[in-house]
Amino acid sequence: MIPSGHMQTLTSTLQIKTLQSPTTSSRKTAQTPLQIPLSMHPIHKNITETKSQKESYNINGPFCLGIESTADDFSVGILSFDGEVLANVISAYVPEEGGIHPREAARHHTRVAGKVLREAFQRSGIKPQDILVVAFSQGPGLGPCLRTGATAARALASYLQTPLVGVNHCVAHIEIGKLITGARDPLTLYVSGGNTIVSAFEAGRYRVFGETLDIAVGNCLDVFAREAGLRQKKEALGAMVEQLASRGRVFAPLPYTVKGMDLSFSGLLTAAVQLLHEQKLHLEDLCFSLQEVVFSMLTEVTERALAHTEKPEILLTGGVAANKRLQSMLSVIAEEHDARFCVAPKEYVLDNGAMIAWTGILAYQHNITVPVEKSLVKLKWRLDEVYAPWAEG
Amino acid sequence: MLIKKGAEASLYLEEWHSRKVIRKHRLPKRYRVLELDMEIRSQRTLHEPQIIHKAKEAGVPTPTIFMVDPVEATIIMEFVEGKQVKQILDNLSLEERYRLCLRIGKLIGCLHNHGVIHGDLTTSNMILTPYGKVVFVDFGLSELSKELETRGVDLHLMKRAFQSTHYRCAKESFDAVIEGYTKVVGDKEAKNVLEKIREIEKRGRYISER
Repeated sequence: MIPSGHMQTLTSTLQIKTLQSPTTSSRKTAQTPLQIPLSMHPIHKNITETKSQKESYNINGPFCLGIESTADDFSVGILSFDGEVLANVISAYVPEEGGIHPREAARHHTRVAGKVLREAFQRSGIKPQDILVVAFSQGPGLGPCLRTGATAARALASYLQTPLVGVNHCVAHIEIGKLITGARDPLTLYVSGGNTIVSAFEAGRYRVFGETLDIAVGNCLDVFAREAGLRQKKEALGAMVEQLASRGRVFAPLPYTVKGMDLSFSGLLTAAVQLLHEQKLHLEDLCFSLQEVVFSMLTEVTERALAHTEKPEILLTGGVAANKRLQSMLSVIAEEHDARFCVAPKEYVLDNGAMIAWTGILAYQHNITVPVEKSLVKLKWRLDEVYAPWAEG
Repeated sequence: MLIKKGAEASLYLEEWHSRKVIRKHRLPKRYRVLELDMEIRSQRTLHEPQIIHKAKEAGVPTPTIFMVDPVEATIIMEFVEGKQVKQILDNLSLEERYRLCLRIGKLIGCLHNHGVIHGDLTTSNMILTPYGKVVFVDFGLSELSKELETRGVDLHLMKRAFQSTHYRCAKESFDAVIEGYTKVVGDKEAKNVLEKIREIEKRGRYISER
């Protein structure tokens, strides 16, 4: 934590020469972005301490507001440039039946956007005028959802006359994980309803070492859960499968498909659904078997990538990261390879605005901004397409 | 003596009937349930030597197998002297790298012609011997298949290995592999496989050109 007085000196004296000035049409472009020296970088601090002492400091800017809207969650996060999370408000769209309908999800985002923004400002205790940068999730994700968040971000940036940063959703998951857990150079397993990626940073980019060849792991679990008649209410489908699985005892063999470091879940899903309809097994046992096979596959490729990259940490993130069984499997391999196992609290592994704001800050400090007229969303924006100079050790 | 602790198995360099051998032991994994663990380990232990034999028929250099024990999940095989391609590829001259990758491509072509899919084509699984022979090792994830799909996935993996581990020379290396591959399987098959690779890349999530 940097005391407020200290921060003032930083702003005025420690500006490092930048390569190029950010290109936005707003008034603030003339300013050189604030550079925080590495020693002051929040990953060097004890995060829990930061949180508990929040009240005792008069938190000073600059601040970044991040908007996340790639899929079913609309979220706004506000962070100070030294990594203090001032607000992280998440509003989830829960479909009445079936999976996420992009149009319905986008409609939800439009409806709650104003409310979520207002609540984020209230919780953070800062005024809109205090925002120096606006960041938004530019992709990958569902078109209508992305566009809703992007529209809100563009409007806000234009109104406040701040630079705009387009953030890659997958990069953001990794960056917030690093900030919250203190991981420096992790091998990341990012598992959610839309993504299954094993990645590590090498030479300017988060390289993809392994990924799904078909559907995402969260998608596999969700579709199975829906086939089994489970319905999402307050609890996520994955959590329901986890609960059922914890009561399962009998292991039924299911297709185990690992190709090098890549994975395939579609055949496994089909086989599990077939077993389900045959009704020879208890649902608990089937959930147990499905989870065991799916997570063993994930753990195997993660271990393979860990042995290959020799990274000092494993970072688990994404919606499926909340699963305790997956966490315990990964901590076993972490221990065996002398790596530290890191997983952030739920609000930072699920889609959230804080991760967009934080990645926005990192990008902005490296002069990576986007002019409003070029801020089109990128539905298929790959993790390894992103130049991420801030992650360079 | 433990020489490599892989993700899946440990390799020990040992003396066996006055021969230098590798003992490959697939370790029990504490993270997975016993049934699944036994199944995976014994199945892979039995499977690997069969495929290695098949690769020999295809004319691809592989280690000689001396003994197989599925219960202990152990294979005893020849110790191949040499360097992993992973260690040397980046430091080769353009010409040397081209020739090595051409050779690798031809060998992959031979494997595929005989229906052998390696399943883990990375540069750590290829050993360049002092005599200039390229030996393919670790057939732990291999399968027998002549499907276009599996051949595509196999080569796609090779491409990915270049991109993640040898990103500085990824394109030239993979192009040379494809050139060698084409020489063995023929223009028509090579074209089909390349098309398949493109399709696989698009199927994978978030490719901008989709």
